[in-house]
Amino acid sequence: MYKRFRVKEKIIEGALFLSALSSVFVTFGIIAVLFFETYEFFKEVSIIDFLIDTQWTPLFAEKHFGILPLFAGTFLSTAIAMAVSLPIGLISAIYLSEYASEKLRTAIKPILEVLAAVPTVVYGYFALLFVTPILQKLVSGLSGFNSLSPGIVMGIMIIPIIASLSEDAMHAVPMSLREGALALGSTKFQVSIKVVLPAAFSGIAASFILGVSRAVGETMIVAIAAGQQPRLTLNPLVPIETVTAYIVQVSLGDTPTGTIEYKTIFAAGMSLFVVTFFLNMISYWLKKRFREEYE
Amino acid sequence: MDIAFKIEKLNNFYGNKHALKQVSFDIPAKSVTAIIGPSGCGKSTFIRCLNRMNDLIPVFKLDGRILYDGTDIYSKDIDVIDLRRRIGMVFQKPNPFPKSIYENIAYGLKIQGINKREVLDKTVEESLKKAAIWDEVKERLNDSALSLSGGQQQRLCIARAIAVEPEVILFDEPCSALDPIATAKIEDLIIKLKIDYTVVIVTHNMQQAARVSDQTAFFYIGEMIEYDKTDKMFTNPSNKLTEDYVTGRFG
Repeated sequence: MYKRFRVKEKIIEGALFLSALSSVFVTFGIIAVLFFETYEFFKEVSIIDFLIDTQWTPLFAEKHFGILPLFAGTFLSTAIAMAVSLPIGLISAIYLSEYASEKLRTAIKPILEVLAAVPTVVYGYFALLFVTPILQKLVSGLSGFNSLSPGIVMGIMIIPIIASLSEDAMHAVPMSLREGALALGSTKFQVSIKVVLPAAFSGIAASFILGVSRAVGETMIVAIAAGQQPRLTLNPLVPIETVTAYIVQVSLGDTPTGTIEYKTIFAAGMSLFVVTFFLNMISYWLKKRFREEYE
Repeated sequence: MDIAFKIEKLNNFYGNKHALKQVSFDIPAKSVTAIIGPSGCGKSTFIRCLNRMNDLIPVFKLDGRILYDGTDIYSKDIDVIDLRRRIGMVFQKPNPFPKSIYENIAYGLKIQGINKREVLDKTVEESLKKAAIWDEVKERLNDSALSLSGGQQQRLCIARAIAVEPEVILFDEPCSALDPIATAKIEDLIIKLKIDYTVVIVTHNMQQAARVSDQTAFFYIGEMIEYDKTDKMFTNPSNKLTEDYVTGRFG
């Protein structure tokens, strides 16, 4: 009956705690390295130049360190990807959640998730060798490398994310709301668009932002099919370079450790991290709000 | 008195389950008809036949006829959307849309293509007044409907149903999620509503049926056992089962 000290329990608890802690440590380790190298970078390059210079040429003889062209590339390819994935993803979600039979829904959902598991390098070559040639026949003046084709393919890649998460959000809208709307003489379409969609808005917005942060972080597709020319442009027909593609380019080259070229990838990575971090924060906040609404 | 609904040999099935058996009776217009009975007796199934809400359930089957205003509402050429606009419904749990109070009421008009601000303003005010909630919300029409209390939400749902000018309002246990004070308010409202509307209310609360209704139907395991004036049902029922139920011997 007296209190006993159970050694095994304590050991297990400790082991579990350490495992949980390790992932936190790794994350902090990565951030610390990123911070440190970025700090080193900004010792040599002024942060003002970094933010407002319109050229990014760290690998050339005449070096410029303006991150804007890289972010323009990222922004452009992301915008194209979202223009493709948001409408198609949403329409799929509406169909699956409101129109499809339960049988079809449960059959299609896992297939959607498999689509999300296709390696991105496959999508990259799909963009370069299949989509770009087709687009070149349709759009005159389209370069072999451009942001349009990888943007579209990235959009296709992101459709399942938008569709699946939005569908979850719409499916979680209580049946009683649909009944209430139907009882007022709504058509099924009116129920979907005017009641379910707004009620699931925060979940849908979260899926959108998750899609954006996936597009912003996407590397292989743009590295393969968008070309590697940092360019401050919003023209989808010409070669560009995204932040991620630049990091790949430098990492794969023979840039010596400790040089300024080497440090640029940390600065670029840090900027990217800040952007995706905020996007994820917004998405997390939206999802939380969405959960609170019906509990 | 005019007949609103004429129910003829109504049978309902959920898959193989025979939920309603050979139910026949008439529901008069501009009065309150209560449906009582213990849980699982088919009273909710029944009321959901009247605006074809059961259509949403894939395994649901119906046999027999329900005539509304002389028309078979389950006949093939009936537009269910229009039917539901004419026969409104208030549900067990208040289900306001996660929109503003104003938008909740305006919704029913907007889906009909009515977008004129003056018309909407007028309908919102009138509907909220009829549902006896105007004074409580007139200062905050743009607040979320979810910020209201349960009883207020339910009256808002009644106002929402009224806004589309239905002929009938169906109440499916409208007070089961409410406290006694909120319940009393809804009951007062139901009694007032019968001046303009045909009201059918399902309730497991016998006192409520006695208080608000003009006639009462007693359902038991899918059958309608007895249907009569409410006074008679509660003081001098013809059937032994009815008597046992209204005196609280079971249920």
